[in-house]
Formats: sequence, C-alpha cells, structure tokens
Amino acid sequence: MTNDPVLFGKVSRFVGSLAQCNTLGIKTVQAVPNQLILELPYSDAIIGNPYTGVIHGGAITTLMDTASGSVVICGLEEFELCPTLDLRVDYMHAAAPGESVFAKATCYKITKNIIFTRCLAYQGANEEPVAQCVATFMRIGAEATPLPFRQMIMGTDLLEERSNEDANQQGQV
Amino acid sequence: MDLRELVTRAHDSGDYSELIATIPYAVTIGVECERFGDEVMFKLPRKKSNIGNPILPAIHGGVIGGFMEISASLYLVMFQDTPKLPKIVDISLDYLRAGLDRDTYVECKLTRQGSRVANVIVTAWQKSRNEPIALARAHFLFS
Repeated sequence: MTNDPVLFGKVSRFVGSLAQCNTLGIKTVQAVPNQLILELPYSDAIIGNPYTGVIHGGAITTLMDTASGSVVICGLEEFELCPTLDLRVDYMHAAAPGESVFAKATCYKITKNIIFTRCLAYQGANEEPVAQCVATFMRIGAEATPLPFRQMIMGTDLLEERSNEDANQQGQV
Repeated sequence: MDLRELVTRAHDSGDYSELIATIPYAVTIGVECERFGDEVMFKLPRKKSNIGNPILPAIHGGVIGGFMEISASLYLVMFQDTPKLPKIVDISLDYLRAGLDRDTYVECKLTRQGSRVANVIVTAWQKSRNEPIALARAHFLFS
C-alpha cells in the first residue's frame, strides 16, 4: 500500500510531539486512510527480562496505545486529541530480541462520541504476531485542543490553503 | 545474583531499588517501590520523558499501563514463591482520569492464584486513592 503523504505528515508530527515516543524511538512507517503502521526499534532501555533480552510488555503497550490513538488522525478530517478510555492487550508471543516491533492500527468505527480501534503488533516480513489490542477513545472535540497545536499537526500550509479557499469562496459570493 | 536472592535481600533491607534495577524498562520510566509493613506501594515519580499529551501535559497512557504491568509482576515476584519473572498474558486498562505531570502511585491485589495463572487487579492514582486515574486487570503465566 502506498503512503498518503498528507496523513503521514500529520501522524509523524503528532507522534514526534509525544516525549515518551521520542524516548523509545517510536516512528511512523506508513499512514493511509483509517490505517497506519508505527515502528518500535529494539533498544536496551525497553528490556523487560534481563536474562533473555526480551522487551517489556509496557513498551509494547505504549507502541499500541500510540498507534491506536494516532490512527484516529487517519479517520478524522480535523485533528482532535482523543484520550484513551479503554485498552485491552493480549500478548501472544514474546518479541524476538534485537528486532523492531511494528504496530498496524485500524480505525474501524467512528461515532459522535467514541472511536473504536484495533491494533496488531508483529515482527518480521511474515508479520509474526506479538500482541493484539482493541481500544476505545473519547471524542472531546477539536476545540478542546489549542489551535497552535492543531495547526502544528495539520501543517500550517494546509490551514492557510483552506483559509485562502474560504476567502476565494467568500469572494465569489 | 538470581531473582529469588534479590527478592530476599530487598525484603530484608526494605530497599527494592536493586531488584527494580534489574529490569531496564522499569529504570527507563523510573519505577520505585516502598514497603509499609506487609504492604508494598509502587511509585512513578514525575518525569518529563514519560509525557504523552504535551498540551495538558499528561503521562502517556502506555507508560501508565507499563507501570501498572511492572508493578503487578514485581508484586507477584515479591509475594509468591516464584523463581522467575511471570509472563504477561493479557492486560485490560480503563483510563478514568488524565494522569497529570506529577507522581503516580500503584497498588496491587492478587485476586486469584492458580497453579499456572494469576489474576491481579491494579489501581493507579495521583491525588487521592479515592480518585483513581486508571484501573487494570491482568493475567500472568508462571512457566
């Protein structure tokens, strides 16, 4: 699937604004309508079992929470900061040490108040499953997020373009 | 030193930092543990790098989940006679309030200990125990 450059930009800027994601090195791989892929690189800082080098479930929870929370951007027109209501994670297999873990999140239902997502964490070209997660997010409205942050996520150019369009339309009237 | 020895030493000295330091992820987010009689409480001191929501600012939901998961597994290691870290099977997290940029506390309760699986209920709060910021249920496997 090819990347949607506009969505990719929005998601990358959003993920980049989260301190914990920068600490863990989580980055955006792909963003298309209603779906995205994030990558969690392997590092010593996220090891949970020092005897095996297997990464901690908490780092995978952070990866999946971020992926599920960010896929909301791929499902909505305007950027809204949506807090997590509920997150349920099933750990199916320990992640192989030394390799990145990827999270593919899908936004499968958007209602007026709630957004429903699911997410699969996997490794390797064969997409070996590591964990699966379903989550719900609360919609608190775009206005709840300060405008400068929204503009930063949406890309200021886009907003300018839109206001130019609005101005043109008004001009036509 | 094996895990059993570390736990015994921590129980004797009341200092759990050496035990926690064996888990790099716990060090990354900054988990601490303190004992009050037979009870233990876990603490996550406020830390800039744990922030998820830059606007409020609030702790990343994944960090809260990870903190609760680490607390539950350490709790099992401390109070069950297990020679190694239990494996997480699943965790179900309810986020009740924003975890603000301040210290967070966690308490665990063992609901059911079977021969292979344990069920733990975890409560996280900041301001008051009566106003939890998150609740979790988790299953762990001993094998």
